[in-house]
Amino acid sequence: MLEKTNVKVLDKVVVRFSGDSGDGMQLAGNIFTNVSAGIGNQVSTFPDYPAEIRAPQGSLSGVSGFQVSVGTGVHTPGDQCDVLIAMNPAALKQNVRFLKPGGVIIVDIDSFKEADLKKALFTTDEPFKELGITAQVVEVPVTSMTKAALADSGLDNKSILKCRNIFALGLVCWLFDRPVESAKRHLAKKFAKKPAVFEANSLVLDAGYNYGHNIHASVSTYRIETEDPRPGVYTDINGNTATAWGLIMASEKCGRPLFLGSYPITPATDILHELAKRKDLGVKACQMEDEIAGVCSAIGASFAGNLAVTSTSGPGLALKSEGIGLAVIAELPLVVIDVQRGGPSTGLPTKTEQTDLMQALYGRNGESPVAVVAPASPTDCFTMAFEACRIAVEHMTPVILLSDAFIGNGSSAWRIPDADEYPAIKTPDVPADMRDGSWRPYMRDSETLARYWAVPGTEGCAHRLGGLEKDAATGAISTDPANHEKMVMTRRRKIANIANDIPALEVLGNPDADTLIIGWGGTYGHLHTAADELCAAGRPVAFAHFRYINPLPANTGEVISRYKRVIVAELNTGMFADYLQAKFPGIEIKRINKIQGQPFLVSELVDGVIKLMDK
Amino acid sequence: MEQNNYKASDYKNDQSVRWCPGCGDHAILNTLHKAMAELGVAPHKTAVISGIGCSSRLPYYMNTYGFHTIHGRAAAIATGFKVANPEMTVWQISGDGDGLAIGGNHFIHAVRRNIDINMLLFNNKIYGLTKGQYSPTSARGFVSKSSPYGTTEDPFIPAELVFGARGNFFARSIDVELNTSVEVMVAAARHKGASVVEILQNCVIFNNGIHNPITDREVRADKTIHLRHGEKMIFGKDNNRGLVRDGFLLKAVTIGEDGYTIDDVLVHDAHCTSNFLHQQLAMMDGDTLPLAVGIIRDVEAVTYDEGVSRQVEEVRARKGFDNLREMILAGETWTVE
Repeated sequence: MLEKTNVKVLDKVVVRFSGDSGDGMQLAGNIFTNVSAGIGNQVSTFPDYPAEIRAPQGSLSGVSGFQVSVGTGVHTPGDQCDVLIAMNPAALKQNVRFLKPGGVIIVDIDSFKEADLKKALFTTDEPFKELGITAQVVEVPVTSMTKAALADSGLDNKSILKCRNIFALGLVCWLFDRPVESAKRHLAKKFAKKPAVFEANSLVLDAGYNYGHNIHASVSTYRIETEDPRPGVYTDINGNTATAWGLIMASEKCGRPLFLGSYPITPATDILHELAKRKDLGVKACQMEDEIAGVCSAIGASFAGNLAVTSTSGPGLALKSEGIGLAVIAELPLVVIDVQRGGPSTGLPTKTEQTDLMQALYGRNGESPVAVVAPASPTDCFTMAFEACRIAVEHMTPVILLSDAFIGNGSSAWRIPDADEYPAIKTPDVPADMRDGSWRPYMRDSETLARYWAVPGTEGCAHRLGGLEKDAATGAISTDPANHEKMVMTRRRKIANIANDIPALEVLGNPDADTLIIGWGGTYGHLHTAADELCAAGRPVAFAHFRYINPLPANTGEVISRYKRVIVAELNTGMFADYLQAKFPGIEIKRINKIQGQPFLVSELVDGVIKLMDK
Repeated sequence: MEQNNYKASDYKNDQSVRWCPGCGDHAILNTLHKAMAELGVAPHKTAVISGIGCSSRLPYYMNTYGFHTIHGRAAAIATGFKVANPEMTVWQISGDGDGLAIGGNHFIHAVRRNIDINMLLFNNKIYGLTKGQYSPTSARGFVSKSSPYGTTEDPFIPAELVFGARGNFFARSIDVELNTSVEVMVAAARHKGASVVEILQNCVIFNNGIHNPITDREVRADKTIHLRHGEKMIFGKDNNRGLVRDGFLLKAVTIGEDGYTIDDVLVHDAHCTSNFLHQQLAMMDGDTLPLAVGIIRDVEAVTYDEGVSRQVEEVRARKGFDNLREMILAGETWTVE
């Protein structure tokens, strides 16, 4: 046994797996993440894959990546990686820019033949030189070693080549001192129905691990510290799964069955997948014929008395607009989940952006206010999905949940909450003494202004709803001018009143600083880290992050007016900044914006804030 | 069998009906009230869901649960409603524009899925509420405000869409044939699964008399045939005309002429699994063969809502989780002390 003499103690490390989209990089990355989480690391992942399922093999457009940060104090998948695994020249070319100075590159040198280089548009036969790489490159014959390991397996060549990713995984497990046995358990689960494939991958995993062991001298290895998180039972969760589970928790807390009407769309489809599985908890998840049917079936289910949800991404939200308007005027509870991606149109389907804010707030005909909330992180998706349901039901309104591709696909360790950590959701049932025929559909709770929710099948509550304006008192069709204005203002006040029912805006970082950084939704991790770094570097900043977008927390104006300098950082051209500016015209709002389909880098936030501070 | 305690008036509310005087919708509304009374399902166990258009105002005139929704989407909304609350009897009201143009996709998918809703399709071959544009059921060459020189497109035949989507229930009536309308509505409601009832409806303002060549009192007996399961396919004002096989096709003959006897006349089997003959019957248009009214196809199959509910029960029983936390804890977890 060789001693591990070259151990580098890091509190966190970032690994990026990259290869052809058919190379299984997502699987290798996921197993590494789960194994790390299993030994108590905090984890945060960032799958970065192409829109094409299988672009031409070896081409630049077909590169798929999976970045994971593991260790302690992990809030983001990291800006840059310590170790880059590149399974072919195209992957190297596309990903070398993510490598940290002093990082290590591991390549499958078997895939760096002349033809491979050509496919990746290299003009010389010296790819490392051509890219100006000075970092340490570990050339590993992944393909031939995988073939050798499986020479006696009886598998055909194609099946053998499919195991290359697991060789790389074995190598990385050795590099970071991860237990191979744990990785094998994940493989066993993944290939439960294909014992031969599991056997082969298991052999290759060992081969990769042993190879790492054997070349020990040439690679520095890391040990990853773990911190003491809050006691409890943990699991690894991604944002989309957390969203699905938050909805189920809300269904349990309001005593109404959960209905999902949806249509497949990247990057939101995993919510449909998860809820389809959760028939084991009574969820009725229906894949409908289109986006419109997705929202409409949910509206039907809401009218029928279920907790009803539709899930989509930006283009789907556009198609659902008319339906959401119907839910606004019918005043039915409805949760609309938009896992934002790059737009406009089909845009960048697999990449992240915060560009649907205006669509969520205003993208409907008529005066059509809805509540809008936005989760801050993968695990916060659970909480905010629950909150979206609570607001929808208790205030009888559509609520749009603005998640995004970054937190939807990203994962982290999550402490499984006890059921009593979440409040009961009170359904606004028709009071029993009104069920004698005296109830009218637009009678309201005097405090929330929510109308009552009569479940079809209930005697004495038969009523007609519809998209035509209704008389405030009788619920009959009305075109009366004064009545229409009254109904418009009532629906508006109903949404504004939600501000009394959500938490106040918190200030993090250094609250006494004269600069306030503001973010909203999925950029929390990067902004939080940037604020911490700025404070640590002697440039104190306060940091406020919005998860409730419409209405805003009641203390918003009071908080932001305290600061000399207010900076809104967001992944669009300034939508939230414009929104705040319109509400608080007296405050000068500065902006940091990025519209590249990629999350912020902490470094560019730090630089951007310093620049604005020094102006 | 049924608790026949309800009267037609129990399904009617006090709103004044605002369709034009002479509109075919009045008759259909009255027959729907009658059909509901005959079915005996309580008003509060009944939901009527519609899209947009003249016919889609119907829920406002019902004393049941009702939802007047948005253009074309009634089938999708009714689908979600029925899956969420399977105890309710659900009626969906659409016109030819609402159901077959803007809502065509939802229409065929509702039929394909076999969701247990009763779809009443009011076919007047015109857009009435927007004041007279041609619809997807208007004949080629039809002159309207949006086709001043005649349309240059062929129409849908609703039955053909239903069979194309592998529908299991199709019936037809005419607005003025009150008894036939009640008969087919009751059958549609008793049928488990998506049932489509096409009602030839007269728009007195924008398309008055469009169905007259078939439905006029003088010609109706010769131009239409009332199909009844288990009975001979006989029609005509003297009841001496019949449908017989002609190779793979159908032919109308006079019994006692050209060697045809009553024994040659086909017997209607609405429950036949194959839709081959049903489709031919439904496609008869009153030209060389009489237009069929009554229940043309009525075949039982598993419904979507039932399938969903059953699967939920099965999976729940198999996995045995009581709540979310239990389900999560059964997965991969670790404990931090």
